[in-house]
Amino acid sequence: MFGNDMLDRARKLFAAVDAKPTERSIGIAISYAPVRLWHWVNAAAILMLSLTGYVIGTGTPAMSGEASGNFLFGYIRFAHFSAGYVLSIGFLLRIYWALIGTAHAMQIFWVPLWRKCFWREVYHEIRRYAFLTVEPERRVGPNRLAQLAMFFMFTQTITFMVVTGFALYGQGAGTDSWQYKLFGWVFSISPNSQDVHTWHHLGLWVIVTFALVHIYAVVREDSCRAGASLL
Amino acid sequence: MGGATETFYSVIRRQGMTRRSFHKFCSLTAASLGLGPLAASSIANALETKPRLPVIWLHGLECTCCSESFIRSAHPLIKDALLSMISLDYDDTIMAAAGLQAEAILEETRAKYRGRYVLAVEGNPPLNEGGMFCIDGGKPFVEKLRSMAEESMAIIAWGTCASWGCVQAAKPNPTGAAPIDKVITNKPIMKVPGCPPIAEVMSGLVTFITTFGELPELDRQGRPSMFYSERIHDKCYRRSHFDAGQFVEEWDDKYARKGYCLYKMGCKGPTTYNACSALRWNGGVSFPIQSGHGCFGCSEDGFWDKGSFYDRLTTIKQFGIEENADQIGMAAAGVVGLTVAAHAAVTAVKRLTHKPDRAAHKSKPS
Repeated sequence: MFGNDMLDRARKLFAAVDAKPTERSIGIAISYAPVRLWHWVNAAAILMLSLTGYVIGTGTPAMSGEASGNFLFGYIRFAHFSAGYVLSIGFLLRIYWALIGTAHAMQIFWVPLWRKCFWREVYHEIRRYAFLTVEPERRVGPNRLAQLAMFFMFTQTITFMVVTGFALYGQGAGTDSWQYKLFGWVFSISPNSQDVHTWHHLGLWVIVTFALVHIYAVVREDSCRAGASLL
Repeated sequence: MGGATETFYSVIRRQGMTRRSFHKFCSLTAASLGLGPLAASSIANALETKPRLPVIWLHGLECTCCSESFIRSAHPLIKDALLSMISLDYDDTIMAAAGLQAEAILEETRAKYRGRYVLAVEGNPPLNEGGMFCIDGGKPFVEKLRSMAEESMAIIAWGTCASWGCVQAAKPNPTGAAPIDKVITNKPIMKVPGCPPIAEVMSGLVTFITTFGELPELDRQGRPSMFYSERIHDKCYRRSHFDAGQFVEEWDDKYARKGYCLYKMGCKGPTTYNACSALRWNGGVSFPIQSGHGCFGCSEDGFWDKGSFYDRLTTIKQFGIEENADQIGMAAAGVVGLTVAAHAAVTAVKRLTHKPDRAAHKSKPS
């Protein structure tokens, strides 16, 4: 059955993620292409969301002229919401790809925290970043430390941002909109949406912090390691 | 207390109101509740035929602004009609009876209209020290509330006190003031938040409940959807300035005089569910934003504990320091940025000093 096949597949993928690193990976470039495409669409969406989100939080300098002749804040919010949709749909496709793609595609969603070997590899990476060792544990895909950061700072935060973002969007779209029906439960947890705005705004800074570390680590890896590609 | 078959209509007529006035009241109420054109006659019919539904109005820790608002309902008919309905039973602020006589009314209603009266609660009970911070009729208010709630049909939580806790529940909340739904969990509770709620909202809801004998449709937070399903922002007459990106920067700048959006001045309209921008106040005269001041968000949970009323980004207290999201975020990003820069510097130094090592590694097949 399809359901069983999927479960089987998922189990195998999880096992592959947990498995010891291997040098032999066939067709990495091909299986990675959709992930790379997603990565850059996602990065563009995040850049747009961060910039517009910050402006939405602080407000623009006053526009001159009549209100009827201006729609600046409206356009900024439109850009924010559109980029939000792009990011959300991309994120859903990414989850789908994690389920049907290679084990590497699963890494940002599945962190085997309960495995000893996982922590050994994390320890190794910490030593590497502390300049105590040179050789990376894994040659393919993100290392274990990167995987941890991805999962806790990126995957979790983006999920939080998508959920709170749509909940806040649902307030504007009205209580009978699908956004409110699907995400309105956020306001059962936090009745005053002022708090949701605040936490959504803090999420921006988690993403900014993550991006800083992420870009640095990638550039560093690229300059230290022959054969690693920035893309 | 009157006979068991007494209707609202007979009470209203006894107050000297004409049949014409009665029908005006019914149509006005139907319109303010947003009901269809036929609703006026069904309200009239219900008020004429259904037995009168007693309302008990209790006061806990509160400032009586809900009562003050209520008796200023725009249309005098509504005020007269509802006050005659309600004051007949129990409201210690405006009823004639006092002392033991007043307390006897509670017991009588409780016994006579078991499960058929509405309990309206203004204010909330303090729970610390056994409820000793609010004594009503010689007993802690929380006991009175529990005993009256037990036999009631439904409960109206008037105002932000009863709905969310309000200023008496502000941190550190020494009296342990708690909203009604923290104390009464087995009865339907309708929250009518606002400090105070709008008079027409209050009178409209009382009429709805007494007419139809049930609570109106409530939203996720337990508020009546008919008045709390849209934010101040959604019907704000300054919304076009918001969309245009025209904001007031200072209270006395030219943009304030032009009536631009108060978003940057900390207006909580975008996060506040209430009917102010639609119904307005004092008989539809104005509402805070129209008067040039941002919305406080007085009908929202915790509005009293969110720092300044004049900040767009409110402070986050969970960190133990009073900073807003931008300050916390920028500090974190700054620290991480410096760490990254330092790490990059060390990496560069290491690469310069360990060139031979790297060459050795490269020669190994890996």
